[in-house]
Amino acid sequence: MLTGRAFKFGDDISTDHIIPGKYAYLRSNLPELAKHVMEDADPYFVSRVKQGDFIVGGNNFGLGSSREHAPLVIKMAGIKAILAKSVARIFFRNAINLGLPILVCDTDEINNGDQLEIDLQAGIIRDQSNGKQLSFGKIPEVMLTILDEGGLLPYIEKHGDFEILDSK
Amino acid sequence: MGKTIAELILSSKSGSDAHAGDIIIAPIDLAFLQDTTGPLTVRQFRAAGFKKIAGSMKAAVFLDHAAPSQSREMSNDHILLRDFAAQTNALISEVGDGVCHQLVAESLANPGDLIIGTDSHTVTAGGLGAFACGMGSSDVAIALGLGRTWFRVPETYLIDLKGKFETGVYAKDLILYLIGKIGADGATYKALEFGGNGVAELSVPQRLTVANMAIEAGAKVGIFPADETTHRFLKEQHRGDNYQPIFADKDALYQKNIAIILDDLEPMIAKPHTVDNVVPVKEVTGIRVQQVSIGTCTNGRLEDIEIAAKILRGKYRHPNTRLIVSPASRDILQSAISAGYVETLLEAGAVILPPGCGSCLGLHQGVLGDGESCLSTANRNFKGRMGSSEAFVYLGSPATAAATAIKGEITDPREFL
Repeated sequence: MLTGRAFKFGDDISTDHIIPGKYAYLRSNLPELAKHVMEDADPYFVSRVKQGDFIVGGNNFGLGSSREHAPLVIKMAGIKAILAKSVARIFFRNAINLGLPILVCDTDEINNGDQLEIDLQAGIIRDQSNGKQLSFGKIPEVMLTILDEGGLLPYIEKHGDFEILDSK
Repeated sequence: MGKTIAELILSSKSGSDAHAGDIIIAPIDLAFLQDTTGPLTVRQFRAAGFKKIAGSMKAAVFLDHAAPSQSREMSNDHILLRDFAAQTNALISEVGDGVCHQLVAESLANPGDLIIGTDSHTVTAGGLGAFACGMGSSDVAIALGLGRTWFRVPETYLIDLKGKFETGVYAKDLILYLIGKIGADGATYKALEFGGNGVAELSVPQRLTVANMAIEAGAKVGIFPADETTHRFLKEQHRGDNYQPIFADKDALYQKNIAIILDDLEPMIAKPHTVDNVVPVKEVTGIRVQQVSIGTCTNGRLEDIEIAAKILRGKYRHPNTRLIVSPASRDILQSAISAGYVETLLEAGAVILPPGCGSCLGLHQGVLGDGESCLSTANRNFKGRMGSSEAFVYLGSPATAAATAIKGEITDPREFL
């Protein structure tokens, strides 16, 4: 069970909102890079986010660049899951590869600052601030397999190859 | 049941009967890194315990986003990437050689190839009939080690092109129109396949422009048939032997058909801050811009520079508007010099940057200041994209860019044609 606060964002939060390209020179210095997470969407995010919180987006979260640094700095900020109405393809795969769950659901009912409780196994999100309960779409099976191992590197470390996927 | 181009390529590569929705594992023909996502890829490759790149594939490293490097940090990343290339025998492309996607199209991508790169605009090679898509560092690191990766076979939208462009209308206007029509998430997870008799009207460079921006509609790939035009292009690059025709089956199953009559299109602009915020240029003429940027993997090819030079010949940029031109590759720059375009552009007050990504991602070489506006031929206009989150980026064709540079305000290029 995951519990934390919701940091609510709108539609079309791009990888440039999450970590601007102008900081590409900091990508080999992750602690410095992470200080700029979500800077162009909410300059106060980095000073307010706490371990265990959630990012809640609208449509097309994570559009744009293939930079894996985007989900990486979100994970480094302590975010335990991203909730969004829809998610861009490369960002989705990158987040799962880093072991960061992405939950696709109708986020309209969730307000900024709401306290959320998420049951990943049951597929249920409880918004304790407004009493509402949401369900989220199933993560595709291949991605769930990778997520269950903690990400792509732990998966490959354990299995050596994409063997489990072969049998599907 | 017939297959789309994406299904045909993924079936052939995976040795299976692949249809939309299937998960397949397939060997990769080419995987490449660039200098802002490459260092993490190298670290993930090493963390996974790999020492060698799988022998079955080509691998390439491009130093193009910071070219030449503007900072000690990027220079150190370049050192790391050069060392990696030397240790693994990956091809290395040095600063000044050009943008990865252009160099892949010039010398590495073949019709029917399966290509991945740590850059979202890897889709560009779809212009040659390759299945090419961007991935993150971990995915590419593992693919480099294993020689293969997994794919979900995408559903395909057929973009059925008919007719031909009117004067002043180009491939950039077509793709902006399409993205405006379907939205920035209008093709998420899908393959955009371009077909119809209008395809014959598009040169390979124009097809690369269109495929390049498929990602701006969320697509996994943007893919063209490989036809005689493709064959001629490959012959000009001295690799005509790599040609194979690629066409979808006549009875291919498309999830959606979108018809576009090229004759009906007009010059288009994407307004800040999303690529689907598209309107005809005539609706935004008169907006003042402080910078015009021509180049990038979207529109830095010789035809693009030629169009700009023809409009700017004998004219001078507006005194309050900077004009920055970054050719997409060394070959293009040399050809543009030989053809006299560079001289024309310099006489028109342009700054010529070394081949590379230039100011597109706001790292260097033309970063915008607060409150400034730029008309760029690049592919993204996100908030903060060109360095300042207080700046405004408009996207248009090289012709629109050149006309805008002359008047210092957004201008319909047909005024000058």
